[in-house]
Amino acid sequence: MTTTGFPQAARQALQDPTLRRNLDQATSTIRAKRDSAVRELPDWPELRDSGAAIKARALATLPEQLVRLEQMVTAAGGTVHWARDAAEANALVAGIAHRHRATEVVKVKSMATDEIRLNDALAATGIDVVETDLAELIVQLAGDRPSHILVPAIHYGRTEIRSLFERTIASGDALPDDPEALAEVARLYLRRRFLSARVAVSGANFAVADSGTVCVVESEGNGRFCITLPDVLITVMGIEKVLPEWRDLEVMLQLLPRSATGERMSPYTSLWTGTRPNDGPTQFHLVLLDNGRTRALADEVGRDALRCIRCSACLNVCPVYSRTGGHAYESVYPGPVGAVLSPQIFGLEAAATLPWASSLCGACYEACPVKIDIPSLLVHLRGQIVHELPGHAPERIVMRSLARVFASERLFARAQRLARVGRGPLAKFPPPLVSRWTAMRDLPLVAQQTFREWWRERENEAGHL
Amino acid sequence: MSARDEILALATAALGESVVVPEVPRNYRAPGAIALGQDELVELFTERVADYGATIHRSSKGHLHDAVSAIADTAGATRLAAPPGLGVTANGIDLVLDDPPLAADALELLDGALTGSAVAVAETGTVILDGGGRSGRRIISLIPDLHICLVEAATIVANLPDAIARLVAEGRHTSPLTFVSGPSATVDIGFERVQGVHGPRRVHVVIVQ
Amino acid sequence: MRIALFVTCVTDTLFPDTGRAVVGLLERLGHEVTFPTGQTCCGQMHVNAGYAREALPLVRRFLRDFGDADTVVSPSASCTALVRAHYPQLAEEAGDNGLARESRDLASRLFELSELLIDVLAVEDVGAFYPHRVTYHSSCHGLRTLNLGDRPLRLLRAVRGIEVIELPEASECCGFGGTFAVKNADVSMAMLSDKVRHVVNTGAEACVATDNSCLMQIGGALRRQRAGVRAIHLAEILAQTP
Repeated sequence: MTTTGFPQAARQALQDPTLRRNLDQATSTIRAKRDSAVRELPDWPELRDSGAAIKARALATLPEQLVRLEQMVTAAGGTVHWARDAAEANALVAGIAHRHRATEVVKVKSMATDEIRLNDALAATGIDVVETDLAELIVQLAGDRPSHILVPAIHYGRTEIRSLFERTIASGDALPDDPEALAEVARLYLRRRFLSARVAVSGANFAVADSGTVCVVESEGNGRFCITLPDVLITVMGIEKVLPEWRDLEVMLQLLPRSATGERMSPYTSLWTGTRPNDGPTQFHLVLLDNGRTRALADEVGRDALRCIRCSACLNVCPVYSRTGGHAYESVYPGPVGAVLSPQIFGLEAAATLPWASSLCGACYEACPVKIDIPSLLVHLRGQIVHELPGHAPERIVMRSLARVFASERLFARAQRLARVGRGPLAKFPPPLVSRWTAMRDLPLVAQQTFREWWRERENEAGHL
Repeated sequence: MSARDEILALATAALGESVVVPEVPRNYRAPGAIALGQDELVELFTERVADYGATIHRSSKGHLHDAVSAIADTAGATRLAAPPGLGVTANGIDLVLDDPPLAADALELLDGALTGSAVAVAETGTVILDGGGRSGRRIISLIPDLHICLVEAATIVANLPDAIARLVAEGRHTSPLTFVSGPSATVDIGFERVQGVHGPRRVHVVIVQ
Repeated sequence: MRIALFVTCVTDTLFPDTGRAVVGLLERLGHEVTFPTGQTCCGQMHVNAGYAREALPLVRRFLRDFGDADTVVSPSASCTALVRAHYPQLAEEAGDNGLARESRDLASRLFELSELLIDVLAVEDVGAFYPHRVTYHSSCHGLRTLNLGDRPLRLLRAVRGIEVIELPEASECCGFGGTFAVKNADVSMAMLSDKVRHVVNTGAEACVATDNSCLMQIGGALRRQRAGVRAIHLAEILAQTP
C-alpha cells in the first residue's frame, strides 16, 4: 500500500480553506454538544472507569467471550462465521449474497466493512452495494472516501451535496439546496431500495456474549430498515466489539451517544438476538473479523487501542485532526485512535507516519469514554517504529549521541558553550530542519550566560564574601 | 486449521498465561440509585421527549380512545396499523390490526402506526419497544410516517441502568428491541439538524396514567 | 525550606532568566534554593521520540542528582509530568524495580512551580508587582497530566497592578510537541497560527505560561511577526517587585 505519508498529505489538506472551515465548524459544534451532554451526568468519571474496565476485561478474556457469543447466537437461530482477514470476510459475505441470488444489497454504515473494502469485493462478483447512511451515500455517489468516523461527508457543504444529487439520484432535476429538501430526495431514493432488497449488510456497535445480542446505534433510521426488512441480514463485526454481559450495555449506551454526537441517546438503538419468526430476517449471519486484531492483542501495551468503541470523540477534540481532516491519515481509521489502531491492525509499515501525527497534547485521552491513553500508545509505537523499521538509523545515531551528551554534566555544559558559537552536538541541526522552525518563528539563541554559569558565578562570589 | 480455530489460538497466544483480568468497578448510578417519585419521573420524561422534537400528550386509560383520535385527526391520519394485543379503540379511526402480519407495501399505504411500549427512560426521553404484544412487530412502527406510541406511566424508569435491569428481570432482553429517542435525524447536510430521514418523521408519545 | 531546583535543559540553555526568577522568588519568600550541579536533562525529548531505552541513563542520573532532596521544584510542567507520570513506568519496562521505587518516591517530592507555591508553601500572593495586561496559555502537560487547574491563574491574579485577560481556546495545544514542530511542521504552524491570533486579539502585552517550550513556540512567532507582545514565564512575573 503506497502512501504519501502524513506530513505531506497534511500539508495539502491544510491549504484547502473550504475544508478548514467545514472541519472547524463541524468539530467545534460537536465538541460543544459533547461537553454539554457529559456535564449533565454526575457519574461520568465512574462510567468511564467502568467502560474502560469492561472493554479491558472483554479483551483479556477474548477467546472465551467469542466462544460464548457464538454459542448464544447459534442457539437463538443465527449462524456465526469466522474470518481471518479481509479476503475471507468478503468471500463469506459474497457467498451468502450469491446463495440468495442477490444482485443488490443494502448496507448500514460499518467501519469494519470499509476496512475490508467490502463494496469493491462485492462489486467484483457482480453485486451492487447501496450505502444507506446519508453521508456514506454522498461519499459513494461522489466516488470519494470517508474522512471522519462519524460524519464521513464532513468535507462536503450543502451546495456540493446539491450538485452531487442533481447529477446522480435526482437524474438531472434541479434541486433546492435547503437540507430538508435534499434529505427528502435521499429518503425517497433509499426507500425504494429498502423495500426491494433481499439481503442487508450491517456492522455492530456491540455484541453481548452472555445472550448473543447484537446492537446497532444510529440516527437516521436506515439501520432499522436494513436489519428488519430484508430476508437475510449479514453483520460483519471486529472481534474486539464483544461485551461480556448484557448489563454492560447500561454503561456503553451511556458513554457512546454522549461522546459521539453529544446526545443523551441516539435516535435509534436496535438490539436483536438471533432470529425471530415473522419479525425481521429469516436468516442472520454474524461474521467475526480478525484482520490484524489478534496481532494488536499480542502487544501488551498496544492492545488498549482495541477498547475503542468508535465514538470519534478523540477526532473532534484533536487539534491536528480538526485542521487536516481524515484523508491526510490515509487510513480507514483516522485521527488519534486511528494513529494507534492503524499501525497495529494494518502493520507498522502501512501506517508508519501516523504515530507522529500528534503533539501529544492529551486532549484525546481526556475525551475518550473508555480511557485509552492514546499519547502513551503513540510513544510506544514510535519506539517500535524507530527501532524496528528501516530508514531510522541516522536518527538513532543522533539520538544516541545526544543521550551521551545529556548523560554527562561535563559534556552537556561544554556542548552549551560550543552551541553559543554555532558549534558542537547541540548546534548541528540539518538546515532543512532549522528552516522548518524559522519558516514561522525566530530562532531562540543560546543565552550569553546559561543558568548554570550564572549559578557558579554566584556561588563563587558568595564564597568570596 | 479452520478460521475459527486459528483466530482463537492466536487470541489465546496473544494474551499469554499471565494476562491480568480486571474486575469491573460499578460505581455509577446503579439501578434504583435515582429516587424519583412517579410524578417526577413523568415530568422529567415529558421534558426530555419534548427536547427531541416529539410531541407529548397525557391521557387517562378511560380517555385514551379520544386522545388517540384527536392526535390522528390533527395529523390527518385515518388508518393506523396496530399490534393485535394492544386493546385500544379509537373513534373515527380505522385500526388495521397486524394479524395476519401486514406486508411492507400494505404498511406503506397506511397513515401511521399506533403501538404501546415496554419501558421508558425518563433521563433520556427514550421509549423502548420490545417486539411483543403491546409494542408490535418492529416493521409496523418503522414504515409509516407517523407513530403514536403509548407509554404506561408505571413503566417509566429513571435512567438507562434502571431500564436495562427491568428488561433483564422480565426476560425481555433477547427480544427484538428498539430504543426510540425522538424522530430520526441527520446532520450530514450542511451541519444543520434535519428531522426525519427514515423511520417515522412524526412521533407522538402518549403517557397513559 | 530547602528546595532543590530542577531548572531543565531548555531553561538552562535558552531562557536562564526563568531560572534566576525562580531563585529570586523563593529566596524572597525566605527559602533556601540549592542547585544540584550535576543535572542536565530529564530525557523528555528522547522518551517522546520513541527512545525510552536510550533515555534510561538520563533517568538514573536524574535520580542521583535529586534523590537526596526533600523538595524539588521545576519551572516546567512538561518535565515535571514526565518524571512524575512516566519515570516509574520507564523503570519497570526496563525491568529495574529498584529504580521504579526510587522514581515513585522522588515523584512525591517533585513539584511544578505553581504547585509548590500553592500546595506546599501555601502562598497565593507572593508580593509581586507587574503592572501589565497579560493573557495565560495553559500548557498541555500542566493542564492534563499535572491537573494544575487554576493554580497559575490564582497566582497571577494576586499580582499587584496586573490585568489578566482570558485567552480564547486557552487549553488548545500551541503546536510545539517537541519534535512535532519539525516533523509535522505544517500542522504545527497551523496550530501556532491560531494560538498567536488568539493571543494578539486579546490586546495583552504579554502571553504567560508555565512552560518555556510553549513560550519558545508562541514567543518565536510573536517575535517573527513583530507583534509587540512578549512571551514570558510565570516565574518571571512572580519574581518582579515594585
